[in-house]
Amino acid sequence: MLTTDIPILPRGVRLHHDKVRGTWVLLAPERAITLDAVGHAILNEVDGTRSFGEITGALAERYSAPVDEIRTDSSGFLDALRSRRFLDVSE
Amino acid sequence: MTAPAPIAMLAELTYRCPLSCPYCSNPVQMAAQDSELDTADWARVFREAAEMGVLQLHLSGGEPASRRDLTDLVSAARKAGLYTNLITSGIGLTEKRLTQLDDAGLDHVQLSLQGTNPEMADEIGGYRGGFARKLQVAEWIGKIGFPLTLNAVLHRRNLHQLPRALEMAQEMGARRIEVATVQFHGWALKNRAALMPTREQAKEANQIVTQARKRLKGRLVIDYVPADYHEDFPKRCMGGWGTTGLNVTPDGQVLPCHAAQSIPHLTFDRVQDKSLNEIWYNGAAFNAYRGTDWMQEPCRSCDRKTIDFGGCRCQAMAVIGDPAATDPVCIKSPHHESLQTQASAFSAQDDAPLIYREAPQKSSDPIN
Ligand code: SF4
Ligand code: SF4
Repeated sequence: MLTTDIPILPRGVRLHHDKVRGTWVLLAPERAITLDAVGHAILNEVDGTRSFGEITGALAERYSAPVDEIRTDSSGFLDALRSRRFLDVSE
Repeated sequence: MTAPAPIAMLAELTYRCPLSCPYCSNPVQMAAQDSELDTADWARVFREAAEMGVLQLHLSGGEPASRRDLTDLVSAARKAGLYTNLITSGIGLTEKRLTQLDDAGLDHVQLSLQGTNPEMADEIGGYRGGFARKLQVAEWIGKIGFPLTLNAVLHRRNLHQLPRALEMAQEMGARRIEVATVQFHGWALKNRAALMPTREQAKEANQIVTQARKRLKGRLVIDYVPADYHEDFPKRCMGGWGTTGLNVTPDGQVLPCHAAQSIPHLTFDRVQDKSLNEIWYNGAAFNAYRGTDWMQEPCRSCDRKTIDFGGCRCQAMAVIGDPAATDPVCIKSPHHESLQTQASAFSAQDDAPLIYREAPQKSSDPIN
């Protein structure tokens, strides 16, 4: 995922709070993916207008965490979602 | 052992269907149409399912569009908080109905494909004009923008159409295709001679899928169910018995998998009598093959026993007559060789006729 990429959740993929298991999940066709705190924080910010760079930048500031760490941590996760067609990207 | 909460529920809304596919997974003895659960019953079952942790709901049948209250059922499912998927042949859906389903919050559509041209599709489905209708429905689905999975059901007669099915999925704008080789339960078991793929076909399909996955990476997701009679290890059926999913029949019986009624010693609770929660955690049928304690050799001492859980119970029943036996697909099963010999013999019966699935009766219909 490039910092200029703009991620968006396509129709049919949505965040859901799983009360029974006490976690956030990403619901998609035939799949329910359990999200960790970082994954949830990022997907929560995905709005189809802001870039991956902007989203991770804002999160780094909010949690006073190093931005590079957030980017490496989440880029692989987002790429994996993308290859399953659970995430679309425009440049 | 304590079972985890289920993730998915398959709601078989009705056994009615305009098609009569010879591999239909519905039971050979179907419950009568007028014993179907009503709208309020289903809405309650959806709420119970969501409360116990089910996330994904698959509305299936028969043909779910044969239920007049389908839109209300989708609304009820979404209101309960479930991700709602419609598994349909497309027959019975109009543009107006699809728009209503969209308004009701339907999340995803899974469209079945009996063949890639009218000759094949209409012969297999036993319904003339079905293919043309399906293409029309696919167009409406695309126009509305539902996420779409194409579900191509493959067997000896149409496996050569796999490359075209992959193209069609892309033309329809599907994000995902399920390439499902027929599993021999229900009506398919009667049709092993007519439908069994040859070993060569099974191999070729494996190759086509491997190549297509590479070529279409990031564009089309391919989920694949191989021809398991020709494999050496069984599939992990249902993700493990009573661990992941449950199935509710049109008349309210709760099954660990859609073919479980083929195991004669099991008894099934009904949603009319008990809560889904009670049935999932304490029902006899769910506990019958949970975990690994029920296993016999060679599974009992096998290091794959928590990988595939000994394979499919219904297949062990159908082929060997013992539902606690090792799935005969497994190379360690004493029945493996005879299964492969049977598979080759079935696959060589070129003139075997298709035996079509029959429709459920009304209970007032005379039994002939
Ligand atoms: S497999 Fe064919 S006959 Fe059975 S429910 Fe599906 S479309 Fe109908
Ligand atoms: S012996 Fe049983 S557990 Fe081992 S691979 Fe075969 S089916 Fe699976």
